[in-house]
Amino acid sequence: MSWTCQNLIVLALLMLGVWLFTAMRRREYWRLAGREILARKSAVVSGVILAAYLVIALLDSVGWRNAERDSTTGELRRHPATGEVIYDRGASVLDRLLRPLAKRQELYYSAPLAKAAYIYETQEGEGGAIHRGHPALQHPRSHLLGTDRIGNDVLLLSLKSVRTGIIIGLLTTLIAIPFALLMGILAGYFGGWLDDVIQYVYTVVSSIPTVLFVAAFIVIFGVGLPQLCVAMGLASWTSLCRLLRAGTLRLRESEFVSAAVALGTPSWRILLKHILPNVLHVVIITTVLRFSSEVLAEALLTYLGIGVGAETMSWGVMINDARSELTRDPVIWWKLTAAFVFMLGLVLPANLFGDAVRDALDPRLRTQ
Amino acid sequence: MLNYIFKRILYMVPILLGVNLLVFAMFFVVNSPDDMARQFLGERNSTPEQIERWKASRGYDLPLFLNGNASGFSKVTQTIFFQKSMAMFWGGFGNTDHTGQPIGRELRSRVGPSFALALPIFLGTLLANVVLGMLQANHLGSRGDRAGQFICVVLMSISTLILIIFGQYVAAVQLRLCPVSGFEPGWGMVRFLVLPAIVGIVAGLGAGTRLYRTFFLEQISQDFVRTARAKGLPENQVLFKHVLKNALVPILTNIPLYLLMLFTGNLLLEKFFNLPGLGGYTIDAIAAQDFAIVRAMVFLGAVIYVVGLLLADIAYCIVDPRIKF
Repeated sequence: MSWTCQNLIVLALLMLGVWLFTAMRRREYWRLAGREILARKSAVVSGVILAAYLVIALLDSVGWRNAERDSTTGELRRHPATGEVIYDRGASVLDRLLRPLAKRQELYYSAPLAKAAYIYETQEGEGGAIHRGHPALQHPRSHLLGTDRIGNDVLLLSLKSVRTGIIIGLLTTLIAIPFALLMGILAGYFGGWLDDVIQYVYTVVSSIPTVLFVAAFIVIFGVGLPQLCVAMGLASWTSLCRLLRAGTLRLRESEFVSAAVALGTPSWRILLKHILPNVLHVVIITTVLRFSSEVLAEALLTYLGIGVGAETMSWGVMINDARSELTRDPVIWWKLTAAFVFMLGLVLPANLFGDAVRDALDPRLRTQ
Repeated sequence: MLNYIFKRILYMVPILLGVNLLVFAMFFVVNSPDDMARQFLGERNSTPEQIERWKASRGYDLPLFLNGNASGFSKVTQTIFFQKSMAMFWGGFGNTDHTGQPIGRELRSRVGPSFALALPIFLGTLLANVVLGMLQANHLGSRGDRAGQFICVVLMSISTLILIIFGQYVAAVQLRLCPVSGFEPGWGMVRFLVLPAIVGIVAGLGAGTRLYRTFFLEQISQDFVRTARAKGLPENQVLFKHVLKNALVPILTNIPLYLLMLFTGNLLLEKFFNLPGLGGYTIDAIAAQDFAIVRAMVFLGAVIYVVGLLLADIAYCIVDPRIKF
């Protein structure tokens, strides 16, 4: 995807977020819920951590391409035939910020903050004396989390994987929401044969185990982040659809809907103005609660070979590599640990925050 | 009751038919047999003749829905849909795309080990969830409850992959308590199943305990529990006779979902611990892009889920006499 396209998508999503936020602030119900979330210490801390992850993901999603310059003269390089300026592949803001880290390339594994390399080899010392030992690193004591098999900084890998995690967690549900909203509300509001058909469809889809559905999808369409999001979205709209149908069924019998019907409001207007805002909390709760399980699922599916490809940086890929690394002696533990900590750092706050959101928005579901 | 069960079984048919149709659409319409052959043979080897030969050798050269060349019943039966998709209803899973081995035979030989792992995980998780959920619910708001809640959230936040890798590393590699992976038939399998079973139970503990805690909380705050306590019933009778029995309905609702999770969750455990079960078979098939096996497993997974739903519905009637059909 080109950077322009990607930047526009990020901008659109940001604007959608801001619009939702301002729209919610105007309603008492959402303001109260917000206050309740802010009153919970664990939720606030979790929210701050989540925001930090989100910022990293955003920085990694926005970027641009630079015109290539001649290394000696500093002039713009042009295409010999057409005279067009040549651009490089481009880099995200995060790439640019982390460039010092990316430049500290080693040759092979090295432990966190190590002075010497992981490998043990025969070296030629001063005066031709031969001894065995660990060769010095090119950038000693500078890799906070060590380096991996091809000498990349593990901290860099972990940070670059944040975007994949966030995309999986959010996009999957974002893909599922339109299906679930449309089908759930229509089935709940109109009932009759439409309800029967929609119920039948979601029973059929939900009978297929998610892993196998995703597997079938990926076997056909190949591995990759977009395919994975679509596959997981298509597999997971059913539970949200069921919840929305139940919510709409309850609302249909309520007095304000009866009043709207009596006043001759067209159905689409009732759905949009009366039903949709009142089932929105179900959508929000599901999105937040599902976020963490989607992030965890990515690691699993990647291990099974039906997640993101090996060229995408993700915690799943990092954990996947770790299996062979644990059999080495001395054990290479830092990559696994880094992936684990970064993942836990996202998923645990997401779970805590999700609980707070659920309790604030739907007191009936409260667990205490 | 029998009438109801019969009706429920009849209701399974359209659902499974739908699953069958969906699987068929994914594997034969979205991805036509020609694409399949091309994926299989590689770009270089896919001349039209070779594609035809590949399709013919695996029975993919028939028309999708209606065979115009045949007559009578064969018009319907001599099609891919009937031979490859409908046949799964009566156990005709066909042969694998790669080796041409019959899938049905392989599945039968692999059900045993899969079940040997699934059963202890299922029972262990159920027991642990009931005990821990009840303990937490009974001491609502205490320090132990709050600590337990937090531990549950942390457990939920840890990837199963990490649990498996860590478990294997500590228990098998460092402490040498059990083999890292592998399997042997007979009683010797216990040695190999202990670690995956424990990992499986721990992996499901966080979410499970939280859920069961809410089930028990719903009952514990009821009036009849207060009455039971007030009249001096021993605590264990209150908990097991009054609370647990009444919480069985939501627990049972949850079990078919749980069976399904067991089926898919074990894919991973079986693969990691090298058990010759259905999960390992499926994952190898996914890696090898063997469509026939993936197709069969998707259908089988749906069957397990639907049967689980049926069993739960029957169990409702037994547990709660108020539920009438």
